[in-house]
Amino acid sequence: MAILTIQILNSLLYASVLFLIAAGLSLIFGVMRIVNLAHGSLYAVGAYVTAWLVGRGIAMGVPLRWLFLVLPVGALAVALIGIIIEPLLLRPFYRRAEEYQLLVTFGLLLILEDLIRLVWGGTPLSADTLMDALPIMHIGGLFYPAYNVVVIGIGLVAAVVLWAVIYHTRFGVMLRATSQDRRMASALGLNVGLVYVLAFSIGCFMAGLGGAIVVPTQAAVLGMGVDALVVAFVVVVIGGLGSLKGALIGALVVSFVRTAGIQFFPELELAVLYLIAALVLLVRPTGLFGTA
Amino acid sequence: MNADLKAPQSRSVLKLAAAAAPILLALILVPSFVGTYQLQLLTYGLISAIAALGFNLLLGYTGLLSFGHSAYFGFGAYAVAFVVQYLGPRSMELYILIGIPSVAMMSALLGYICVRHTRIFFGILTLALSQVLYSLALKLYWETGGSDGLRVPRPALLLGLLSFSGPRGFQQFIPSYYYYVLAVFVMCVIIMWVIVHSPFGKTLQAIRDNEVRARFLGIRIRRFRWIAFLVSGTFTGLAGILWVPLNGLTTPDVLYWTFSGEIVFMALLGGFRNFTGPIVGGIVFTYLKTYAVATTEYWQLLLGVVLVTLVLVLPTGIVGAISKVGQRLTRGKS
Repeated sequence: MAILTIQILNSLLYASVLFLIAAGLSLIFGVMRIVNLAHGSLYAVGAYVTAWLVGRGIAMGVPLRWLFLVLPVGALAVALIGIIIEPLLLRPFYRRAEEYQLLVTFGLLLILEDLIRLVWGGTPLSADTLMDALPIMHIGGLFYPAYNVVVIGIGLVAAVVLWAVIYHTRFGVMLRATSQDRRMASALGLNVGLVYVLAFSIGCFMAGLGGAIVVPTQAAVLGMGVDALVVAFVVVVIGGLGSLKGALIGALVVSFVRTAGIQFFPELELAVLYLIAALVLLVRPTGLFGTA
Repeated sequence: MNADLKAPQSRSVLKLAAAAAPILLALILVPSFVGTYQLQLLTYGLISAIAALGFNLLLGYTGLLSFGHSAYFGFGAYAVAFVVQYLGPRSMELYILIGIPSVAMMSALLGYICVRHTRIFFGILTLALSQVLYSLALKLYWETGGSDGLRVPRPALLLGLLSFSGPRGFQQFIPSYYYYVLAVFVMCVIIMWVIVHSPFGKTLQAIRDNEVRARFLGIRIRRFRWIAFLVSGTFTGLAGILWVPLNGLTTPDVLYWTFSGEIVFMALLGGFRNFTGPIVGGIVFTYLKTYAVATTEYWQLLLGVVLVTLVLVLPTGIVGAISKVGQRLTRGKS
């Protein structure tokens, strides 16, 4: 029973990180119609920046509880990258065929992956001090780090905040209007360019936050972004590209299947995930909750 | 009437042959001028060109962007590795004879699923399915060797007429294998040229340009896309079959989706709106990557910058840019 609880908690932990990545990917696609292949690398940048800042903080003797403030800083750094990238690299491509959009984000992925290696080198960066700073919980005689529960909480809060922003604020109305009809929104006097920058940087922020909160539980390593991207793809394909609810459900499905897979059929765990994605695409091309 | 219609095409065949002959002659003469390493590199380039040529039947002529063509390249490579492991004989002809039908079957199967979608969903579906193969190759390590991959020794060429063992086997193998690949390459180019200019190829272009109109003409769109997918996957798979004896080893890396990205890169580099574009792109990309890897540790960064600049500044690729310059020059003369 205790093992089951821990497995469920692990699935939820994985789901909340996956949700952050996939929701950002989905938001960017929903508003801008761009599949951002560099999204996983942005997540990796978030992880690296956070781990690096934690390392610096410890070296400078900053008290532990202040170090938790580094988590949003890592995410903000990625959002800043987004603000730079969108007008510089993506804006010239909205009017062109989507092959070019995919390719430019693929180029961005190559660049970011190597920039990470250039800046932080090949050795994994760890920030587990943050995880150790929080107490260990006892669940039916087994130990579980409280930090993981915090991560689940952050994922939950992020989902609620994002939902509130999109469906209950003026900015959310602007986002949804732009996503439905860019030209009409522009004709009605919306500053579409600004909406695009904001949507892209919010998406980047979520990816960065995902990286920031995951890095205390596992070190930042090279290639983590590329791997995460493919799993995030599976999530949005299952849930539906451009749907927030879809990203949430997809993240839950993927993480529970993966946890069960590692437990019961470790060899086929990844293959099963991709097969589920392919199956959903066959039966419901737009995903479970997609509309586009 | 009929002859009139055919005249421009036969003239363009002649023109193409006239343009191709000196290039072919140069390619035949290359081994007498360069060393083993350069020759090996050029062989890799020709193989990449075959892969990109096959890929471009989908992107350039059918209008479908596949982000999973590593699946067919890698499947071809692994098919050869399994032949070596279970059947034993080291004969290149046997590899091709068994490899091509296996790759064709795999592309027929995956293509049947993928062509139900177009545009972005097609791309994601091809990517997801190629990742299935990747994860199987990685995880079923008792069959595939996991991340260590499978070794493929140098095969004998031409039904065992040429075999390469002994201390200088490698130095003898490379020139022979170069000619072997060159012959296959020329055949592939001719076959693809015929396909593209056949009624079938024209139908694909019609579907690419306007799907709705093509459907009104009574064309069974999905079936045409499926066959295009099958042919495209088989060509790319053949490239994988040719690649693995040269590389001596196949690892799951050639099935990973970033390798599909490299194939897309090749087609774009040369220009996917041209017949010759992907061929040039495949060869240039091989050199570009080799020199980038040799000169800097951060070769991905270099390739990424090249890709982004290319998409921004030169969307028609090398061949597209050259032909544009050529057109401007001839117009200036007249």
